[in-house]
Amino acid sequence: MSQLQIFLALVAGGLSAAAFALSVVTPFEQALLLKAFLALGFLSLIRFFIPLGLWADGAFALLGAVALLTSLGIFDPTPAFFWMALVAAWLFAWLFVERLSKALAPKLGDNAGLGLLIPVVFGAALLVIWEVVTRGANVPPVLLPAPSMIGAQLANSASILWADFVQTFIKSVLPGYAIGCLSGLVVAILVDRSPFLKAGLLPIGNFMSALPIIGIAPIMVMWFGFDWQSKAAVVVAMTFFPMLVNTVAGLNASSSIERDLMRTYAAGYWQTLMKLRLPAAGPFIFNALKINSTLALIGAIVAEFFGTPIVGMGFRISTGVGRLAIDLVWAEIAVAAVAGSVFYGVIALIERGVTFWHPSVRGGRA
Amino acid sequence: MSAVVSAQNLGLTFKTNDGDVVALSDVNLTIEKGEFVSFIGPSGCGKTTFLRTIADLEQPTSGTLTINGQTPGDARKDRAYGYVFQAPALYPWRTIEKNIALPLEIMGYSQSQQAERIKRTMDLVNLSGFEKKYPWQLSGGMQQRASIARALAFDADLLLMDEPFGALDEIVRDHLNSELLKLWEATKKTICFVTHSIPEAVYLSTKIVVMSPRPGRVTDVIESNLPRERPLDIRETPEFLAIAARVRDGLRAGHSYDGDHV
Repeated sequence: MSQLQIFLALVAGGLSAAAFALSVVTPFEQALLLKAFLALGFLSLIRFFIPLGLWADGAFALLGAVALLTSLGIFDPTPAFFWMALVAAWLFAWLFVERLSKALAPKLGDNAGLGLLIPVVFGAALLVIWEVVTRGANVPPVLLPAPSMIGAQLANSASILWADFVQTFIKSVLPGYAIGCLSGLVVAILVDRSPFLKAGLLPIGNFMSALPIIGIAPIMVMWFGFDWQSKAAVVVAMTFFPMLVNTVAGLNASSSIERDLMRTYAAGYWQTLMKLRLPAAGPFIFNALKINSTLALIGAIVAEFFGTPIVGMGFRISTGVGRLAIDLVWAEIAVAAVAGSVFYGVIALIERGVTFWHPSVRGGRA
Repeated sequence: MSAVVSAQNLGLTFKTNDGDVVALSDVNLTIEKGEFVSFIGPSGCGKTTFLRTIADLEQPTSGTLTINGQTPGDARKDRAYGYVFQAPALYPWRTIEKNIALPLEIMGYSQSQQAERIKRTMDLVNLSGFEKKYPWQLSGGMQQRASIARALAFDADLLLMDEPFGALDEIVRDHLNSELLKLWEATKKTICFVTHSIPEAVYLSTKIVVMSPRPGRVTDVIESNLPRERPLDIRETPEFLAIAARVRDGLRAGHSYDGDHV
């Protein structure tokens, strides 16, 4: 065991022992599972004589989580040993993840499923802590609702959330993203072709990309109306310039020797573009596509703050806060986070397929 | 007119911020069909520039240069030559066979012609079996052989090679040199070969052009009397050593003319 692991094991076991001692003053039948967890946590100190497998720590952490969640609301006010149990359970989870990542390190390369296990354990621990702290300490739901409340709201308002998702993501983000990225790509090729545009348009492009584009959202609402068209226009404006600037840089990424080769074949402009310069620009273009996938969602949601029909993720968030329906706001944020991650993930997967040859993807040297 | 390359009073001056740099000055040279010509000299002597001028990658500023009786620009548009660069310059997103197919695609060969030529040239450079590999999966020597196959694929009669084996180690280089001679024998091409290795130049060539720097010019043209059939151990024969000595003298003379040797 490493020094960190020894420290974690010692503190987790010691804290369990102290909390167990404090808990015996309460009536025996109260929160039996929690006491059982604390007793077992105390016993885990025997690991310094008999080694315990890493799955034992996983079981301790799981038992602690279940015990804490089931004993919520039994004690009022919440006693100190309850919080100590929370910290102990968290330390067991930490120890488990620490040992797991050490054990998995050699096998991670060829198994994506194993690689997912650690973030899943980590995320679950975070959710349990959030749940226990908000409910155990009676945090007002207006400040921070418990994950269970958000989950319930997600299930109850599925139809509202779906309508908002369609309005914001399907109608505003996707068309805006497609138009913005495609036009950025086309204009970049024109800019590259024409020295006049390169001298004139590119500095303006750099200037525009430094502007906080979201500030134009009210103007877009005036131009294109309240519905999704104005949000799509904001997304187009936000995604256009990153794509333009990245693609112009990418088109110059091929080496002079690679371009000389094309010249010795007496290749035409379009042949050189399609067979050399665009493929070589691939990593740059995908970089812009990934940046834009997050920018587009931000742009569409914030643009809805400035006027919208009574549907949409941004609309729901701004009005939800006004009505103190904070759990609905969090549910909307959760949907946005999942949608944004999936969008980014899909682009990243396509990137791996298309630019498989690039050293950053194949993990080799140039 | 059987001269493949013919240069008269050829000069090339680069304009730079530090003033003019004379890369080539008053070069007169004729290369006949089927010759293997090496250009040798210290760096800065214009040997690569001369090769690039033949390929129409640089424009001469004085004198005349014809390739098969045409201007370099017309010769390039006629795909009169294949060029092998110092680096393999294989496109990493294409497999080896697709890299060899690149010039064929650009020149509009049909699918069946492409397949036939890929197979033939890959056999010629001993790369059969590596068709589906990507360039970064091969060693440096194999990559350079693939780039030679690519230059041979469209059957240009003139092959321009700019220090193609410069980045490879001696053992691989010896091997590729003897393979290159066999290839030259089999294809009857005219080859212009830039190098800074005396044994390589003498071993390969029927004609050795010795060049010297500042300004870049030809100081000696040596016709080799070695037989066309050349095993690697020909490099120990007195004939070989005599030619090598003359090349070395030519290089030294070029330097003392400049007055900057130590």
